[in-house]
Amino acid sequence: MDTSVFETVEVNTDLLICGGGMAACGAAFEAAYWAKKNGLKVTVVDKAAMDRSGAVAMGLSAINEYIGIEEGEHTVDDYVRYVRQDLMGVSREDLVYDIARHVDGTVHLFEKWGLPLWKDENGKYVREGPWQVMINGESYKVIVAEAAKNAMAEMGDDGEILERVFIVEPIMDGDKCVGAVGFSTRENKVYVFKAKAVMALMGGAVHVFKPRSTGEGLGRSWYPPFNSGASAYFTIRAGAEMTCQEIRFIPVRFKDAYGPVGAWFLLFKSRATSSLGGEYMVERKAELAEWAPYGLGKPIPACLRNHCGMRDVYEGKGPIYMQTAEAIQKLAEGYKDDPKGFKKKMKELESEAWEDFLDMTISQAILWAGHNIQPEEKPSEIMACEPYFIGSHSGGSGAWVCGPEDVAPPEYFWGYNRMTTVKGLFTAGDGSGASSHKFSSGSFTEGRIAAKGAIAYIMDNNEAPNVDAAKVEEIKKKVLQPLDLFEQHSKETSDRNINPNYSIPRQMMFRLQKIMDEYAGGVSSCFETNAPLLERGLELLDMLKEDADKMAAETLNELMRCWENIHRIWIAESHVRHLLFREETRWPGYYYRSDFKKMDEDNWHCFVNSAWNPETGEWTLKKVPIINLPV
Amino acid sequence: MPSFVIMEKCDGCKGQDKTACMHICPNDLMVLDLETDPENPKAYNRDPDMCWECYNCVKICPQQAIDVKGYADFVPMGASVVPLRGSEDIMWTVKFRSGALKRFKFPIRTTPEGKAEPLAGCNTGTEDLKDPLLCTEPDSLRYELPTLKK
Repeated sequence: MDTSVFETVEVNTDLLICGGGMAACGAAFEAAYWAKKNGLKVTVVDKAAMDRSGAVAMGLSAINEYIGIEEGEHTVDDYVRYVRQDLMGVSREDLVYDIARHVDGTVHLFEKWGLPLWKDENGKYVREGPWQVMINGESYKVIVAEAAKNAMAEMGDDGEILERVFIVEPIMDGDKCVGAVGFSTRENKVYVFKAKAVMALMGGAVHVFKPRSTGEGLGRSWYPPFNSGASAYFTIRAGAEMTCQEIRFIPVRFKDAYGPVGAWFLLFKSRATSSLGGEYMVERKAELAEWAPYGLGKPIPACLRNHCGMRDVYEGKGPIYMQTAEAIQKLAEGYKDDPKGFKKKMKELESEAWEDFLDMTISQAILWAGHNIQPEEKPSEIMACEPYFIGSHSGGSGAWVCGPEDVAPPEYFWGYNRMTTVKGLFTAGDGSGASSHKFSSGSFTEGRIAAKGAIAYIMDNNEAPNVDAAKVEEIKKKVLQPLDLFEQHSKETSDRNINPNYSIPRQMMFRLQKIMDEYAGGVSSCFETNAPLLERGLELLDMLKEDADKMAAETLNELMRCWENIHRIWIAESHVRHLLFREETRWPGYYYRSDFKKMDEDNWHCFVNSAWNPETGEWTLKKVPIINLPV
Repeated sequence: MPSFVIMEKCDGCKGQDKTACMHICPNDLMVLDLETDPENPKAYNRDPDMCWECYNCVKICPQQAIDVKGYADFVPMGASVVPLRGSEDIMWTVKFRSGALKRFKFPIRTTPEGKAEPLAGCNTGTEDLKDPLLCTEPDSLRYELPTLKK
């Protein structure tokens, strides 16, 4: 493709929202109100179509963060303590508190917008577990995006939504973020966005590590394959401080199709056992003392539950089974003298079990149908997935952001809620770190919080963005470079995919995945790593980064794949540096430092923060104290 | 393979500037093949290995011309899961490898399409950009916003 034909589209706006998922929809919704009031313009840029973009694109079967404050079920303090426990003591409690105090209101809005929430006979939301509420969530994202778009529409010309535009790089003015460069995935256009504040709300990262799948199943990641680390890349490249980049997330899910297990564990009270019949969470209870105080607390952290299951697998006791038949049998026992009631209950349970998959992981329904699995008749295998980067679930990676003024300790407050350490750059959802367990509802809520912070920042710093035209030209050239390389060299060899002058994006992704798998504790390494492996991994990543400049693309779709890989490579490097810096094993079941096998509360009960310096290209890492809230 | 287009049914969304599947695919996989038969172009999944099987193309297709075959590297053949999505609910037909069938119907929304009202009748309790209350609060919360420093 001849890159000289590319048109440059300049978009001037006040608030630039990069992304279209739950956090971005929350941001657009909230920003629309405050921007309209203050005469500001808001521009939303999504790489896909907002109706079905981001991690909730397929739908969900539950909302995992609903506190139940009005109902008197829990308090915000309860949630802060829960997250502290689940993340082995490492969380920004001010951020967790802030999301928790607003999140119920967001869920109430979802319901008013049209999301069906399950209700019991008293009209109360049906709980899946202590914090989760059940939904008929096939159209969850459609409904939420609709409300965000309707809110933006009320701004008239000042509310602008661009779909199918992929954001690549931040534009900086000294220490301030003043825009972004991206390109259309549909037309030959480069977009230059100039803004007074920028929000990086582009999700977490998948396909950084080699997946368990060996072929077509590559696409069946638990978290979506289109989330490629764009938020982390954006904030790192802007020079923002990152936190908890070592806290990857590894969910345990139904094997291969990665269908959800939450309903089975929490709603149906199912047990997980080894093939010998033993329940690893019971048999290994004593081992949890090694991870005190968290191992002895309740609920048992996600990483420790992973850890216990993995020990069974590594001792040769697999497969690990979700005892679905037993669970259904137990639930049905209450009806043993009521055959009619039993039949009705079974029908209800069957429908609930299948909806759990059909709402959010349809592949799992195909897999069960393909295996002829009737959950009431036989158990199903579960297994730990490959690692993902997701700040919104039980992982912790993301940017280090300012907390809320009325809650945050002074050390965690620098002016505007959810602003990164870079002026004018905000993030939320999977983009903000150390504030785990926000899930879909909390990500939307945090997007709202961040958007209000960003509008406040703009009103206090209402200056036209100062953009260096030469710098933008340089970024544009770099963005399109893979197209040039292909144009220049693809005819020189017998196979467009095999060329000494370039690599195609797919192979570059495989190369990254192999490095991460073998050196940074992936599936094939049983999640184990050590300093020599990580140091070697960094050497290999260095060469990979050099070669990433030689990716080639024939089409706009391939150009997007190239840049997704570059985004992945940066989150990978930052992960490896964090793994190396933290000399302990704090989250067994996520990863193990085999040279520091134990948790070290005396030395490592702290955050690890890092920053990449855009001027020098140097990384710095440091310990940052954890300040608990008085809850 | 993940999503595939049934050639006989696909009409390339005639008369529209883009096909429905191409519009909706979150991973930019669906594309109109304008080369094989330019008079009668049909959509295809250009990169099945990157398909999440989210079914958004299947659900949106006006011709019901898209289906999904479970990932060939781990799903035994013969099963299918087919949705029929309306404006209020979705009907699923699950066919097992054994030939057994199950049907499920679930609601998808309680309001008419397009009618989600952003503020949902909630008033804004503050005009102050530095106040922690969000634009629908405290109405949407139904309680007073908790804080640590009063």
